[in-house]
Amino acid sequence: MSDKHDASSVPTTGHVWDDDLGDYINQPPKWWMLGLTASAIWCVVYFLYYPSIPLSNGGTWFKGLGGWTAITEMEADKSVVDEVRGKYEAKLKDMTPAAILADSELTEYVTRSGKVLFGDNCAACHGQNGVGTHDKFGLFAPILNDDDWLFGGTIDAIHETIAGGRQGMMMAHADMLSEAEIDTLANAVAAGKPTSTPLFAEKGCTACHGEDGKGMQAMGSANLTDSVWRFDSSVEGIKYTIKHGVNAGTPETRVAVMPAFQGGKLSDAEIKKLAVYVYKFGGGQAQ
Amino acid sequence: MNQQVEKKEPGEVTTLYNEFETWTVNTGGQTIHAKRMPGFFRTFKDRAQLALWLPFFLLPYLRWNGKQAILFDIDHNQFHFFSLTVLPQDIWMLSLVLLVAAMTLFAVTSVASRVWCGYFCFQTAWTDWFTWIEDKIEGNPTARRKLDSAPWNFDKLRKRVIKHTLWALIALLTGISFSIWFVDAFDYWNKLVNFQLPTVGWVVITMFFFGTYILAGFLREQTCFWLCPYARIQGVMTDSQTILPTYDYTRGEPRGKIRKGGEAVAQQGDCIDCFQCVQVCPTGVDIRNGQQLGCITCGLCIDACDVVMDKINKPRGLIRYASLDELSGKPAKKMYQHPRTLVYLSIILIALAGIVWGLTHMGSMTLKIMHERQPLYVQMSDGSIQNKFDFKVLNKTDKDFRVKVTAEGGVKDQVIIGVEQNPMTHHGRQASFTVFVKAPSANIVDDVVPIRFRVEQEDDPNVFAEYTSQFYGPKK
Repeated sequence: MSDKHDASSVPTTGHVWDDDLGDYINQPPKWWMLGLTASAIWCVVYFLYYPSIPLSNGGTWFKGLGGWTAITEMEADKSVVDEVRGKYEAKLKDMTPAAILADSELTEYVTRSGKVLFGDNCAACHGQNGVGTHDKFGLFAPILNDDDWLFGGTIDAIHETIAGGRQGMMMAHADMLSEAEIDTLANAVAAGKPTSTPLFAEKGCTACHGEDGKGMQAMGSANLTDSVWRFDSSVEGIKYTIKHGVNAGTPETRVAVMPAFQGGKLSDAEIKKLAVYVYKFGGGQAQ
Repeated sequence: MNQQVEKKEPGEVTTLYNEFETWTVNTGGQTIHAKRMPGFFRTFKDRAQLALWLPFFLLPYLRWNGKQAILFDIDHNQFHFFSLTVLPQDIWMLSLVLLVAAMTLFAVTSVASRVWCGYFCFQTAWTDWFTWIEDKIEGNPTARRKLDSAPWNFDKLRKRVIKHTLWALIALLTGISFSIWFVDAFDYWNKLVNFQLPTVGWVVITMFFFGTYILAGFLREQTCFWLCPYARIQGVMTDSQTILPTYDYTRGEPRGKIRKGGEAVAQQGDCIDCFQCVQVCPTGVDIRNGQQLGCITCGLCIDACDVVMDKINKPRGLIRYASLDELSGKPAKKMYQHPRTLVYLSIILIALAGIVWGLTHMGSMTLKIMHERQPLYVQMSDGSIQNKFDFKVLNKTDKDFRVKVTAEGGVKDQVIIGVEQNPMTHHGRQASFTVFVKAPSANIVDDVVPIRFRVEQEDDPNVFAEYTSQFYGPKK
């Protein structure tokens, strides 16, 4: 693509700058002119095809001949993802959480896709990956990846917890027990042997925590003999719990409320997926 | 290198251009019609081109165990080489192969200049075939030049139609041959003749058709001059020790025609200015100006000059493969005194060792384990500590099987949970599953201990993979 003619044989514009600078009136190269023309045509086509001209009447605009909008493009992109997920979602819609858990492919899908759902709805209290969160009183929301469950760790129990929410209750004993009695009980509980003191049965602790101190999942009372603590494992923390109770209605009481997610907050399918997701954290228990 | 250049005052910018003024650079204004002359380098070039590029056309048809022997299966992300299958995870070896190829190019160039350009490059090869067809149909260079300027008549039309048809056929075959390295060759032909290729198939074949037709048919040496980066790169790899086709100016100058009586003028050099070397040159350069960008070092000028030297009873080798050192009378250095080449060679050896290691250690399974970072460990109700591991198992065999997970190291009395039923792995795919390891708190001595997992095929312990991860416990 050589320029064959001698550039210096053409006349200049006649204007001279700085004593000796002139401007030849050469035509730009043909390929360059072609490019310029093609770009101009491209501009016009682009302008007509896509939304372009804002109109003065009522904030409307020229919609473009191609009918393109950002939202339809986004929907189209989304439908690609939905198509991949669709077959799983359709399948698990009519399945029980236990049945989903029995299907390894669906379980894999849920554990991969449940992260966002858990992050949006659960992690605020339970922490990312269910590691629990703490406030100044101790553990604020339970750790979900151990095998200690207040209301049961089977897939159905977990599903019920998420769907209907949970709220345990422990009375405040500050007015019922003496300081010495509270101290004795707290030390026994801290050692993991609540039944070692006769006070445990005498003062009615067994009513909720059971004869053996292992708690009752039906009412969400804690197992006092294992290594996992709901609030605080220190003697002081245990004394605080005994004194002020849990959800006992006083200003000092410990608060432990799991909200219900059924009926508006989450769809049935989402609750099922979350149940499986939480179960697979590592603490899920067989039926 | 050019002895005719008049020396000017050093320091003047214009001295840079002295040499340039004596050169003519063809920017495409004229078509090079090179004369074809038999000779050693002509034969070597013919054979080298065929040896490298005939397999390009034929190898894809080779079958192995009912499958294409060599196939870059893009659809399935696999590379088949006879019974070997390479998945994308092992494609790092390809980078070593490319490294070997690049370094071989460098090493060869530093020893013997642009060997690739002259005898092997597809641009050289295809151009050579195209001009061979041109030579057969339109005649020798003189006839071709005449035909170029002749007015259109039936004969010209006939010759041109035949020539372009043959060119187009080669171009088409080139496109097809390229494509069938990436898809099943016979299936491709079947789809091609039934016009059922996918869009990408049509795009590739069209691009290669026009690419070949234009580059080999019209652009030719212009590609080497102005398009090809390697032509430029290789120039900097040669030095005064590199041997390349060189005009022996000490012997040839001053050049001049032989007078009628057969008597040469006294002091006249061996070069009789016959221009045979220029006429046979496929890129149209004058080798007597010294090594230059346009020279692809194909040696055809050596063939031409030797013939002439024989005729005028002068020794051969006025143009020959020689280094600049040799020409200026310096002693030729030994190969091991050429550090540049040695560096290239050692890189080649290291890369080759890497490829061999890769091929022998590829295994039939790949295992990657990620330890859960949040939380690092979980305390269970009985006081034991549980860790979570994400397993990714790539099954590189050609069948599906279940795998057994075991572990060595870690903590005493640890239990592996979650893989009581051996997980399924599908061939050519990555299976991922979660494994928990639970260990009694009392046995945990250090907060981090290595644990080596082994995943093996359920019924064949020889197919296995191992990976070392860590078991985390509370800080003691």
